[in-house]
This record gives sequence, C-alpha cells and structure tokens, in this order.
Amino acid sequence: MAATQKQAITGAGPLNGLLTWIDQRYPLMSTWREHLAEYYAPKNFNFWYYFGSLAMFVLVIQIVSGIFLTMNYKPDASQAFASVEYIMRDVPWGWWIRYMHSTGASAFFICVYLHMFRAMLYGSYRQPRELLWIFGVFIYLCLMAEAFFGYLLPWGQMSYWGAQVIVNLFSSVPFIGEDLSVWIRGDYVISDATLNRFFAFHVIAVPLVLLGLVVAHLLALHEVGSNNPDGIEIKKNKDPRTGIPFDGIPFHPYYTVKDTFGVAVFLLVFCIIVFFAPEMGGYFLEYNNFIPADPLKTPQHIAPVWYFTPYYSVLRAVPPMFNSQFPGVLAMGISTLILFFLPWLDRSPVKSIRYRGPLYKSALAIFVIAFFLLGYLGTEPTNVWGQFGDWLGGADRATVAARIGTILYFLFFVLMPWYTSIDKTRPEPQRVTS
Amino acid sequence: MNRIITLIALAAAFISPAAPANQEIRLDSAPIDVRDVVSLQSGARTFVNYCLNCHSASAMRYNRLEDLGLTESQIRDNLMFAADKVGELMTVSMTRKDAKDWFGVVPPDLSVIARSRGANWLYTYLRAFYRDPGNATGWNNLAFPGVAMPHVLWQLQGERILKEEVVKDGAGREIKDEHGNSRKQIRLETLTPGLMTAVEYDVLARDLVNYMAWMAEPNQVMRKQVGIIVLLALLILVVLTYLLYREFWKDVH
Repeated sequence: MAATQKQAITGAGPLNGLLTWIDQRYPLMSTWREHLAEYYAPKNFNFWYYFGSLAMFVLVIQIVSGIFLTMNYKPDASQAFASVEYIMRDVPWGWWIRYMHSTGASAFFICVYLHMFRAMLYGSYRQPRELLWIFGVFIYLCLMAEAFFGYLLPWGQMSYWGAQVIVNLFSSVPFIGEDLSVWIRGDYVISDATLNRFFAFHVIAVPLVLLGLVVAHLLALHEVGSNNPDGIEIKKNKDPRTGIPFDGIPFHPYYTVKDTFGVAVFLLVFCIIVFFAPEMGGYFLEYNNFIPADPLKTPQHIAPVWYFTPYYSVLRAVPPMFNSQFPGVLAMGISTLILFFLPWLDRSPVKSIRYRGPLYKSALAIFVIAFFLLGYLGTEPTNVWGQFGDWLGGADRATVAARIGTILYFLFFVLMPWYTSIDKTRPEPQRVTS
Repeated sequence: MNRIITLIALAAAFISPAAPANQEIRLDSAPIDVRDVVSLQSGARTFVNYCLNCHSASAMRYNRLEDLGLTESQIRDNLMFAADKVGELMTVSMTRKDAKDWFGVVPPDLSVIARSRGANWLYTYLRAFYRDPGNATGWNNLAFPGVAMPHVLWQLQGERILKEEVVKDGAGREIKDEHGNSRKQIRLETLTPGLMTAVEYDVLARDLVNYMAWMAEPNQVMRKQVGIIVLLALLILVVLTYLLYREFWKDVH
C-alpha cells in the first residue's frame, strides 16, 4: 500500500506520531511541500507582490466578521436598518465587527485593484498564466457581485436606490429586460423579497463561488509558478542537481515571513481607518446611507461606493441610443469583461514594464489616469464642473470628461495589439535582477 | 449669534424664486466635543424636552445616558417622560399616520441624523429659523427652505424675520453678477427677543447638536481609546515581524 511507504514525520516533537498517522491517510506532507515548503517563488518580489496575500487576508477578515454580523443582523425590510444600529450599540463590540466588515469591503477592492495593476505592470497574465488571470478576473467579478449584494443589507437610502439603479440596468436589455429585472428583484420594486434573496447571495452563494475560485487561482499559480518584476521564467534556469530554480526560494519560510510583515503593516493602516475614520469621509460609509430606505423618496444624487464608480462613469458617459439606455449598460459590462482578453491582446515580446518601450508605458499611464478620472467623476453629480458655454451646447463638462475617459479606457485594450507589437522593447535579462 | 447668523451672506441665486429648494447655504462650523460630558448632559435635557415629542431616536436606549455620568434614577426622574423602563428605546407615541396628517411628513428618526446630515448642518439649521407667513407653520428655515417643522425653540431664541438687501461696494455702487443681477445678501433681524440671549441660544444649540453627534454613535469615544491601544500593539507587531523577515532573508542573495 502507498500509505505505508511514506516516511514517518520527524521534527515535530510530540506531534510526530499524530502527524505521521494523518500523513498515512491524507496528503499532508505532499501538500505542505508542494504549496509551501518546496514551492519555489522568485526571490525578487517587490512591494507590489504583497497584495495577493493581503487580498486573501482581507477575505478571511470578511468571512469571520461576516459570520458574527449574521448572528445579529435581520434580513427583513422592516428591521434591517434597526438591526444594524442594534449591532452598533447593543451588541458587545458590534461596532468593531461592523466597521471591520465595512472597511474590509473597501480594503478588499484596494488590494485587488493593486494586485491586478501589478499583473499589468509585469505582464503576469501572459502565457503560461492566462488561465490564472482568467480565474482572477472571475474572482474580481464575484467580488463586485458580493459587494453589490452586501450593500443592500444595511437598508439605507443609498443601499436601496443603488440597488434600484443597478437592477434597473437589466430592464434595459432588449425584449426580456422588464421580466428579467422583476425576476431578479422578486418584486416590481426593491422590497423585502429582494432583501431576502440578496442576503442569501451575499452570505452563502457568492462567497462559496469566491472561495472555490480562490482555490483554483492558487492551484493554477502553483502549477505555472509565480511571475516576477523582470517578467522572465525562473524555471528556465534550474540547478541540474536539485532541479530547483537558481532564482527561486521556498515560499515557506521566506515569503510567509515577508507576507506576515506585510499583514502587520496592512493591519496598521486598516486599524487607523476602522478606529479613527470608519466613514472615510463618506467614501467607505456613505452619509446618505444613515437614512433608512424610503421607496417614496428618491435621493437627489445616487452614487455607488467608490470601487464601482469608474464603471458607473462609463455607464453615464454613454448617451441613450434608439431610446434605450442599453448601450451604456453594454459599455459598462464590456469594460469589465474586456479584462478577460488581456492575455491575447498583449503582443509584446517582453512581459515586464522594465523592458517595455515608451508606447506601453504611456498607454498604461493614460489608462491609470482615465481610471482615476472615471472613478472620481462617478462619485459626483454630472454637473460637478458646471457646463460649457453655448459653443458646446451647454454640455456638462463632467460628462464630456467621462466620455473622453471612457474612450481612453477602451482604447488601452483595443489598440493594445498594435502598440505592443510595434513598441521598442529592451532585451530581457537571463536571470532576475534585484 | 449676531456674529454668525445675522449675516449669512448668499449669492442672489438663493433668494431668487427660480432657485431650487435645496440650494445649499454656507454652514457654520459646530463647536462640538463629544467628550464634554457637561455639554452632552445639557444637550440630552434639551433633546428629551423639545425634540423627543415628535422625533423618535429609536436606536437609542435611555439607560445609555449612563455613559454621560448620569445615574439610573437621574435619568428616570429627569429625562424619561414617555417610557416606563430605563432600558427602553427613545420612541414617540405619535403614530406615523397622525404625524403625516399634522405635519405633512413623518418627523425623521434622529438616532443617526448627525451621521447623515452632519453636525455643522444641524447647528446651522437650529439657528436659521425665521418667521414666514407664507409657510404652513408660519416658520421657515434658511438651511431647509420650506421645512415642515415649526421653530420649537422659538420662545428661547425669539422671533426673527428675513431681510434682504442689495450689496454695495466701497463706492456705494451695486455689485452685479455676470447675468446683470444685483448681488444681494440676506440677514435675519430680531422681531421679538426670546428668553435667551443670542450667545445663550448658541450654546444651547451647540449642546443639543453635541448630544445628537454623540447619540449617533455612542461608542465613538471608546472606539478611539481602543484604537490607540490597538495601534500601539500593531506598531510592536510591525517591528517584530520586520526583524523576523530581515533575519530569515539574511541568506537570500
């Protein structure tokens, strides 16, 4: 039998016997070796490489704090708002749990956005990591769904009207739109039925998928190996005796201790927000969401939470066509789904920004500026910058800026095959640089 | 109060009839401090006497006022008019339907109003009422034009009316904006004085807003105290994990 051929575990002191017993019935040591002790990661990870493990850490925060919130929250349209305040006031340390969760939502997006930007800096989505990237985009989409469903639960004005706006997007789908949106809501307006199903999606359905995708993401990563800031494959230079890459170091202990330091620094920043600025100036907790949901009173300005605002801007930037808002909805959908195609749009002979030419560097810089511009505009009403004079028909300046931003956003992807293939790149090194 | 309120200078747009009802005015900064227990107690007294008849604070329990240094019997004897037990929530007896019939709107719950409106808005609003025969209650408000709430504190503050005047520059000429409209400013002029002086009323409003800011999140003082301890502990953790990281990475070249 295979099990009996395994070597007894040594070095764990009094636990040797127990671990050996388990290892003979379960792939304990082989998993440990494959994913930690003998998973060889490039030794030249920099600042940007913290955010993958940090995103996972935030996921744990969200799940644990979420479990405790669920114990006291009531998914009922007449009680939801009050139950959140009950958590804030009467549940021991409830305020802390709630702020961990609300700050965690934003922290999750910050980590994931930086993690994705890292991939764009160093070409981490390129062959052979296309599937790894695709899993990642699915995680991102799942996260957006999770955040959207969760945001309805406090049942404040922004929860309610934000959900109303988003679900109404589906009603713009030709032919089946109306039925589709009623099917999603379970009612003709956002109501108790909607709250109940969103609660179910938020606490079990989406997290389940999310966790599965995270596992797939990690398995895919460990299959192909990590990229690095030089964008070269460390597996091409292995020690012929041991088969270990010259530039690789075992993930454990080197990156486990490094990521632990990263977690400590992250917690420091995270706790400054949780304990001293949980509303984050209205960006993490919107002021209007402290007003209970009122189906009869539409707020003057409905703004999603900051992490959705770039896409919200895209939605608002596209004018209605053929009496339909659908083109805007389509543009918003495509602006997220286009990420899937990134591995095949990039035709550069090199992966890392370190060896790319001026074209890609400029394109990426413009993309980042456009993303921030769209993000900012999404938090503001379209008349925030006033109107142009008569010569431009009195158009909102912010709308025009959002249109330019939207075009630049899409051009980054659409023109990528062209500018990456003619770009002047520098040769990649044989071995990683520090 | 003369200092602040009598000269809420505004662009002409505010008082022109075409202006939208939500035209924002410049808010006064509320000089509040949620650690000032004396101010909070005074604010709580004003709150239960004047606000809690129509407005509820249904997330707030009476016995939470113990955090302000009050004893259970002090709360029961001085601050509880509409509840039997000190652990009850600050609700009102007025039904939503009655409220709607009488005021046209249901007075909003004030539990977290300081978090949605902001302390500065509340402070400005409480000090911006004036007589307006054109409005159903006979009162109007600069911060909330057309407000359904009458000036509940009017006996304390007195009655004031709105005066509108054209702004002139140093040479006595009218200042025009780009559309040729004269720039106007409005101020509130005392019609009949109240029981309080202007400064006393400002202090009352400050205490009341302070109380509402505290009530919106009674744990906020403790939150920051805990936060300092947490940050100190995390600073140590950062140093320790950094040293651990350097120690392990010594042999990576």
